[in-house]
Amino acid sequence: MEARNLICIGCPLGCPVTVTIDGDDISVTGNTCPRGADYARKEVTNPTRIVTSSIRVNGGAIARVSVKTKDDIPKSRIFEVMEEIRGTRVDAPVSMGQVLIADCAGTGVEIIATKSVDRV
Amino acid sequence: MTHHDIVIIGGGPAGLSAAAAARKAGIQDILILERDGVLGGILNQCIHNGFGLHTFKEELTGPEYAARYIAMVDEEKIPYKLNTIVADISKDREVTYINREEGLMTIKAGAIILAMGCRERPRGALNTPGYRPAGIYSAGTAQRLMNIEGYCVGKEVVILGSGDIGLIMARRMTLEGAKVKVVAELMPYSGGLKRNIVQCLDDYGIPLKLSHTIINIEGKERLTGITLAEVDQNRAPIPGTEEHYTCDTLLLSVGLIPENELSKGAGVSMNQVTSGPNVDDRLETEVEGIYACGNVLHVHDLVDFVSQEAALAGENAAAYVKTGRTGKEGRAVPLLAQNGVRYTVPQVLNTDTMEDTVTVRFRVADVYKDRYIAVYYDDKLISRKKKKVLAPGEMEQVVLKKSSFGDYPDISRIKICTEVE
Repeated sequence: MEARNLICIGCPLGCPVTVTIDGDDISVTGNTCPRGADYARKEVTNPTRIVTSSIRVNGGAIARVSVKTKDDIPKSRIFEVMEEIRGTRVDAPVSMGQVLIADCAGTGVEIIATKSVDRV
Repeated sequence: MTHHDIVIIGGGPAGLSAAAAARKAGIQDILILERDGVLGGILNQCIHNGFGLHTFKEELTGPEYAARYIAMVDEEKIPYKLNTIVADISKDREVTYINREEGLMTIKAGAIILAMGCRERPRGALNTPGYRPAGIYSAGTAQRLMNIEGYCVGKEVVILGSGDIGLIMARRMTLEGAKVKVVAELMPYSGGLKRNIVQCLDDYGIPLKLSHTIINIEGKERLTGITLAEVDQNRAPIPGTEEHYTCDTLLLSVGLIPENELSKGAGVSMNQVTSGPNVDDRLETEVEGIYACGNVLHVHDLVDFVSQEAALAGENAAAYVKTGRTGKEGRAVPLLAQNGVRYTVPQVLNTDTMEDTVTVRFRVADVYKDRYIAVYYDDKLISRKKKKVLAPGEMEQVVLKKSSFGDYPDISRIKICTEVE
């Protein structure tokens, strides 16, 4: 049996949670909402993160459009995802929610714009 | 002179939420004055996620959160002026602003809502010795340069101060290919949220050195390195603990200061601890008809609470315009922050005219474990709640109920404090 102490990152409250792992049996204590239990369980089995960054825009009112992975991706793939984001250029206009990369670094996850950038 | 029922100074999260709430409360004639070229304020550069869990029950990035409120303002057709800087606010609610189209203009407001936000403490406020080369930025400046203007800020980075913006930028620069060598914090605890230490530092193996500060900055043209040292209880560097780091970039995340030059000009009384105006439970300053909300009032950790607070200011300003209702009539009871509680907002509660519930927000002075937060009406204990951990970086709150004052008609003060037993 193994116990791990984590800080939940599900929201800014940052609850201290304890995960007890006994083979396939995983129990979580200390969480103050269901989100905390989900996070802790995932964190000890398959940790994932939403990645936020920005992509260069050609001809836009600002130089970069902010983006995020539409869903969370495995933590171990963050730098592959970033490499593809960094190598990408898009043309203005861009609208919030627009898919800028369809399947980022083979994760099956879309990269979407989180703001709109007008063309100038 | 043109008159508007409510003039809101600042079109960031506080100003937008106040405007939407004032319109909902029935005020047609509202004007937002914003100095930037777009609405949304600092949220436009806060491209990370984690915003809106309280307000929208989903996790948004800063620009997405701002877009929700900008959409409300657009749908309600609330007028705003961009690229417009307010130069002066007078006690009798005259607002003087400057922009390219109109030049210098003075307008009269029925009520004013102060929503100017805060700014970063600069290097000059730190007395850090050494040269003044290029490559030293406040964390928020670096954030803007990187996320909006698209510059590569630096490649080898040291961050001084563990405020949330510094932690967020540690991750951001790492993702962009920079090497963040260390985050140094003068205090024995971090000034940022715990979740940010986990997901911005621990995730990327970036060390956090508590009780450390920078004692030398090197480089004449561009920063070439810094020297770090551990500090003792009096925050004085301990000889023999010096460590040298080569770096081309130093980010400072050493605190935020509410931007209150305009408030002072209006004659609003200021709080020494928050650096924001003193307000009552309606968020009205000591000048009638002038309200304050968001980071200009006190620096928040969460934009969700800024939006809530600003909505309250918007509703109360609307009520003042419509009925002349202020918190200045009735029994004004001071709130005292004691024994580990650094301040409260509001600073005054009107027990006669207050809403059914009033949320009092505050910060503690140090990291405390297993302490109680206690509320006293005069010397009588009213409530006590145990907290596992209290930290200066995390804002706390207590909710006071109007009904609870029924037995205390002669109350002269409300005390909020921490207690060990």
